[in-house]
Amino acid sequence: MDLYEYQAKEIFASHGIPTLPGSVANDPNGAKAVAEEIGGPVVVKAQVKAGGRGKAGGVKLAETPSEAETKAEAILGLDIKGHTTRQVLVTEASDIADEYYLSFLLDRANRNFLAMASVEGGVEIEEVAANNPDALARVPIDPVHGVDEAKAREIVEAAKFPAEIADQVTTIVAQLWEAFVAEDATLFEINPLVKDPQGKVIALDGKVTLDDNASFRNSKQSEYVDEGAEDPLEAKAKAKDLNYVKLDGEVGIIGNGAGLVMSTLDVVAYAGAEHNDVKPANFLDIGGGASADVMAAGLDVILGDPDVKSVFVNVFGGITACDAVANGIVQALRMLGDEAAKPLVVRLDGNNVEEGRRILAEADHPLVTLVDTMDGAADKAAELAAGE
Amino acid sequence: MSIFLNENSKVIVQGITGSEGTKHTARMLRSGTNIVGGVNARKAGQSVEIEGSQLPVFGSVKEAMAETGADVSVVFVPPKFAKEAVIEAIDAEIGLAVVITEGIPVHDAAYFWSHANATGNRTRIVGPNCPGVISPGKSNAGIIPADITAGGKIGLVSKSGTLTYQMMYELRDIGFSTCVGIGGDPVIGTTHIDALRSFEQDPETEAIVMIGEIGGDAEERAAEYIKANVSKPVVGYVAGFTAPEGKTMGHAGAIVSGSAGTADAKKEALEEAGVKVGKTPSATAKLMRSIING
Repeated sequence: MDLYEYQAKEIFASHGIPTLPGSVANDPNGAKAVAEEIGGPVVVKAQVKAGGRGKAGGVKLAETPSEAETKAEAILGLDIKGHTTRQVLVTEASDIADEYYLSFLLDRANRNFLAMASVEGGVEIEEVAANNPDALARVPIDPVHGVDEAKAREIVEAAKFPAEIADQVTTIVAQLWEAFVAEDATLFEINPLVKDPQGKVIALDGKVTLDDNASFRNSKQSEYVDEGAEDPLEAKAKAKDLNYVKLDGEVGIIGNGAGLVMSTLDVVAYAGAEHNDVKPANFLDIGGGASADVMAAGLDVILGDPDVKSVFVNVFGGITACDAVANGIVQALRMLGDEAAKPLVVRLDGNNVEEGRRILAEADHPLVTLVDTMDGAADKAAELAAGE
Repeated sequence: MSIFLNENSKVIVQGITGSEGTKHTARMLRSGTNIVGGVNARKAGQSVEIEGSQLPVFGSVKEAMAETGADVSVVFVPPKFAKEAVIEAIDAEIGLAVVITEGIPVHDAAYFWSHANATGNRTRIVGPNCPGVISPGKSNAGIIPADITAGGKIGLVSKSGTLTYQMMYELRDIGFSTCVGIGGDPVIGTTHIDALRSFEQDPETEAIVMIGEIGGDAEERAAEYIKANVSKPVVGYVAGFTAPEGKTMGHAGAIVSGSAGTADAKKEALEEAGVKVGKTPSATAKLMRSIING
């Protein structure tokens, strides 16, 4: 789960890392109130989970509270890389003497963590990495040993932070690691980390990604879920505990197992190229134990998508028996009644497939077509979605 | 021969008394796996009856190994306790730990992987969040259905469970030496490369199917490895050609971020290494069939 900048900085601050005072506002009036409270010049920053906010006009300086109001009005509602701005962060404007970069992240390839630090901050770190790789220090972190003071100092020295701030940055590095572990994060980034004219080091902007698998021990994670920004169908699916991602095509997809569903999306997209270029409308993995209830919940979400013209149910019965899946489909259609008004193409293989196919054939539902192979079923679903 | 698992493997189940552990122990027994006991510290000294077998429950992996000679552990322990369970298996130096548990925090997986490294990697870890390892007709450690196909000459390594089953089904007339589901999490123990290395050395395996999916660069690194080290024919498949950037597709590791991790990039890297890559599971099976049938 990605967090907003203001949430990231709240986490940093709660672990002792210096940040600037500020608050979020949902409307221009609120932005004005925050600016009044801070006093003096402020920066109004769009809160969206996307980079390049500055270039998109989402970050503006305001000298007075009423100017903060005007700037917030301009920024709220702004579309930044497909994300609508619903909140702004109003924060004290700081004078910057120097900008740096600091992050911890999961290093998948090496199966450990990585500290990255640079005295060239404030720009996209990918650019630093590409154009001046020596300026970006990379220090591997062993997950068992973590970051103690000596390790923090090693990181600071590797990045060649100036001597007069080395102690401050060392403390921040250690605090950031402590927070990274405590919050079960896969990315913690401070960019820029700045030095103000008085020589104080402050986290000016931050990015945080948390591990959803750790929500059972990080109860705060549920506070970070922003339901307003979610697609309504995704929110509905989440409420039913379904693993669903909305896409922009016309063929609804239900399958079991993440890999098979991804593969199904591909096969449907290839078939769609022959049928008016129809595409998959969603990713939906109903998992190993596909009961009638789960099947009904899945069908309910997908049939509620106005873009969907046909549905492809692709199940390989491994642990799940195909007869249970077939019963699930029949029961789901009964439960949904007239709401199920779109054609369903079903492909079943694996455990108890003969019985599964027999159940569907016997039910003889007018909306259901049974096809033997994955490729054949994808083609049929695409054809139906194209209205051919 | 087969890799990782054979007819002599003695298997214990960590979390045997939980609902998943019990259910899958029954399935493993039905498929002929030699299950010699289970581990649950709170029920040590008891025994459980599964599929008509009385299985002893031990207090620790170490004790189970001492009493039964077990060399494989299958872990069904829930995410909250999985880190300790895997560390216990590593410390007992069991040969193979297959971690089926889904939803283990990545900090925990990174931690037990680091611990395994620091203690000399005496335990091969497969998973977490994987379907397990099967050497058809010999032994089955995990949740892969045993009745899809019989033993044969293809080796399979895959990030995805159901795609493993699909591929086993497509090539059921030829059969498999061993199928290894390595799991779709960002941090896993055994990688594509580890399985490729073992298949290359296994006299029974004549050709290899490698199934990947979007996210990370494991397939690219496997391609480099194949180019330098694998002489047996390899056929590849990558799921997620049409997945959009920034959306996680079910597996925690399956996400395209920026230009990295796309299926096209993986396909290109594999083809450059001489791997024939199918566009769909059926096309991939067809490529394998033509290799086997000459």
